[in-house]
Amino acid sequence: MPPTTRPSPVREILAAANAVILGKSTQTRLALCCLLARGHLLIEDLPGVGKTTLAHTLARLLGFQFSRVQFTSDMLPADILGVSVFDREQSSFRFLPGPVFAQVLLADEINRATPKTQSALLEAMEEGQVTTEGETRPLPEPFFVIATQNPSSQIGTFPLPESQLDRFLLRIDLGYPDHDAERSLLESGGRREQLPTLAARLGAGEFALLQRQAAAVHVSPALLDYLQLLVEATRKEQRFVHGLSPRAALSLLAAARAWAFTGGRAMVLPEDVQAVLPAVARHRLRLVSGSHADAEDIALLIRSVPLA
Amino acid sequence: MRARPPAALEHGAVPWLLVVALATAGPHAEHLPAWLTVLVAAALLWRTWLWHQQQRMPPRWSLALLVIAAVAAIGWQFGSLFGKDAGVAMLVLFMALKPLEMHNRRDALVVIMLGYFLLLTHYFYSQSIPTGLWLLAACTLLTGALLRLHGGAQPVIAIARDAGLLLLQALPFMLLLYLLFPRVTGPLWGLPQDAHAGLSGLPSQMSPGSISNLTLSGAIAFRSRFAGEIPEQADLYWRGPVFDEYDGVTWRASRQHGRSPAPAPVIEARGPAHDYSSILEAHNQRWLLALDVPTRLPPDSSLAATLEAQSREPLRIRSRFSFSSVLDYRVNRMEAPASLQQALTLPPQGNPRTRALASEWQSRPPARIAEAALAMFRQEDFHYTLRPPLLGADAIDEFLFDSRRGFCEHYASAFVFLMRAAGVPARVVAGYQGGELNPVDGYLTVRQSDAHAWAEIWLADEGWLRIDPTAAVAPSRIEQGIVAALPAGEPLPGIIRLDADWMRDLRNRWEAANNTWNQWVLGYNPQRQREVLSRLGWPDPDWRSMTALLAVLCGLALLLVALWTLPGRRRDDPVQRAWQAYCAQLGRRGIVRADWEGPLDFAQRVAREKPELATLTSEAARHYAELRYGEGDGDSDGEPLRRLQQCVQRLPPQRRRRI
Repeated sequence: MPPTTRPSPVREILAAANAVILGKSTQTRLALCCLLARGHLLIEDLPGVGKTTLAHTLARLLGFQFSRVQFTSDMLPADILGVSVFDREQSSFRFLPGPVFAQVLLADEINRATPKTQSALLEAMEEGQVTTEGETRPLPEPFFVIATQNPSSQIGTFPLPESQLDRFLLRIDLGYPDHDAERSLLESGGRREQLPTLAARLGAGEFALLQRQAAAVHVSPALLDYLQLLVEATRKEQRFVHGLSPRAALSLLAAARAWAFTGGRAMVLPEDVQAVLPAVARHRLRLVSGSHADAEDIALLIRSVPLA
Repeated sequence: MRARPPAALEHGAVPWLLVVALATAGPHAEHLPAWLTVLVAAALLWRTWLWHQQQRMPPRWSLALLVIAAVAAIGWQFGSLFGKDAGVAMLVLFMALKPLEMHNRRDALVVIMLGYFLLLTHYFYSQSIPTGLWLLAACTLLTGALLRLHGGAQPVIAIARDAGLLLLQALPFMLLLYLLFPRVTGPLWGLPQDAHAGLSGLPSQMSPGSISNLTLSGAIAFRSRFAGEIPEQADLYWRGPVFDEYDGVTWRASRQHGRSPAPAPVIEARGPAHDYSSILEAHNQRWLLALDVPTRLPPDSSLAATLEAQSREPLRIRSRFSFSSVLDYRVNRMEAPASLQQALTLPPQGNPRTRALASEWQSRPPARIAEAALAMFRQEDFHYTLRPPLLGADAIDEFLFDSRRGFCEHYASAFVFLMRAAGVPARVVAGYQGGELNPVDGYLTVRQSDAHAWAEIWLADEGWLRIDPTAAVAPSRIEQGIVAALPAGEPLPGIIRLDADWMRDLRNRWEAANNTWNQWVLGYNPQRQREVLSRLGWPDPDWRSMTALLAVLCGLALLLVALWTLPGRRRDDPVQRAWQAYCAQLGRRGIVRADWEGPLDFAQRVAREKPELATLTSEAARHYAELRYGEGDGDSDGEPLRRLQQCVQRLPPQRRRRI
């Protein structure tokens, strides 16, 4: 299993994404993994580090219909889900679908909206359908939400509650670009101009195939042993208020499979679990001190569980 | 081979190490020169400030200068850099200065190891219960610091719990070592200072004030436990030195007893024997303070002609002795003429009024003479006090006819003088009288404040007969103890005059705990060890078999711990074995796989750090990953396994390590 046997569409998508978002190859790969594992993605970082660009880039490269909502504190659920208006010509109500009816919904600064609006979106994420005025309408397939949020310590935000954070498969940070990446950014100007020029790398149905392949990556009993030990360790560890839930364990497995798949491997290794664990666990584990677990906490956790 | 750069020291771990330095070096301030204490405090404060301000550490040359100056000062102060005090001073100095050059984790480990070592040195100075508790806490702290160093930031409570758990796991080993480690005679650490400091006890000669001064101390002289009933308070005369020579001021033991072996005393028991054992505090004398009169003595001791039990060597450490005594007896009805002569000798001059009084009585039978003297004490205006007036040249005269105020030594001394002047053989006996039962552990506690002096006269039919003139003056001294006998204003030590019941109870408990500690921890000597082991069913252990059993039991305990903590490693999986063998080989070549590190990650790290092994390791890792995590589950005897096993053999032979 030489390291260059990444499935070619995956390789292409990642290469193209990394040409736009410089120096963040781990984060773009995690983002892709999240979509391959049929999960929603939460990107948390300061404004201006390229959250929106990443979401937008992925949507274009995968050939998905894309819509974007900038969340604000005065936004109402109808602004996302859609609204029925009276059509005089047909003298009946006509449903105007909101931005949620897209394959990739970029929910920008989701923690600026009020909890009511947030929960409207999160319901749609969970159910894959929208119910307004007694009528249920299915959302497109696939349907992904890529939400971004500013660190909740910033003023004027409504932090997402634990139960809603749990609906995001992965949460990633972007962080500042390194020196070289920032230099090329400064030299070549902002990245948003490049977005319209990006061509889709996948045809219709191809992404669904990739998802099926990712879900079929082999998992051995030894790997499950290890994964369970890790999850149990979060439950035993005194530093965390709660451990990871069974749903989180499923998420961890799905993400690790996708990570192995994007690495061109037909089986999941402990390394894959370790690679996705921070993105899976950090927003789900709260420390006794009140803050969410940071990268160091997860590293310690990994070090505390020996490979049998 | 290049060494890896040492791991950096986390900022958050520094306070732990500073507290470690404080906890291990701080208590030494008590016996270190003041300048060193100030230096230590300054160095630690400086480091704390540097930590708080996130400042750079002082340059090396300035630290070097500081160390040289401080070491020179220690050498000048102690006259040496070695030996107990100077050595401890050096260690404390290092402990205070090392944090100032603490840059990486290795330095921090040095601080912690130094801390563990410094802990032990506290036992040079004190082996009391508070010291033990303090050191236990400090040991937990050190272990916690070690955990913090390796485990990263965690809540203090979690670290404390883990450290406590680690120490608890050490408990079985501690108990095994305690029980079975072959003991040497004498304390393990050489003599701690508090074994010699303030050794007090009965004086080896008696002049006015020598017993009453001793009475001012509430310190414990000895503690006794009786096998049966405790005798009446008034019968508890613990015999110390016998004084039969008087020079007008001071009573002392005549030299004849020391020199020629006097005939053994003849004791006729007239009552039951009492068995008891005493734990004597060190007093640097030979007498063992047996109850009058001992009939059975502990080994290595003898009974002097004057009936005091004596050990062969002066008592320099706290020791335990068993005796048997009869309280109703006749002794030496046929006394040697030389002894009787000695018991009649007075200085040629002095105390004419007393001699005149005695000559009035001379014609009476000896028993009547003693009664007359006691009647005088009882009927005339004599007082029992700790604060008698000072007496001049004719001390006995002044006491008997003028001041009439005195402590037991005055009464005993005056009585014996009177007897001798009237022709009755008599001598002074010093010792302790009474004792207080500690209900917590059933020991009778005898303190320095119970020190007493009384008299013995010799009658032809009776032998030596104890007469306590103090009892004539202050009967309550003998019946109820010194607190009852002395009026409230007398300067008795507070510890024996506790009024509140709870304070008395607290003191009793504390002393009982100390006694247990002294006997079982400090006094666990070869003899005690043999007793314990024979009670456990091992009649005659020698040090060889004890060591062997110790090794076997420790091994077993380790094995149990291993079985308990390493359940995952017991599985006998050839794939795991082969991979672990490969990793172990790499470990010997200087690159150790962390136990959480996956195979491909490890191979990548090897490629970075040891490029010459990259290809082989990557191959081994791929085989292992395929075998363990791939689809061919359970196919462990196929070709891939053989290839993985071959990787171990294909490793290039080890180069000799450069130093």
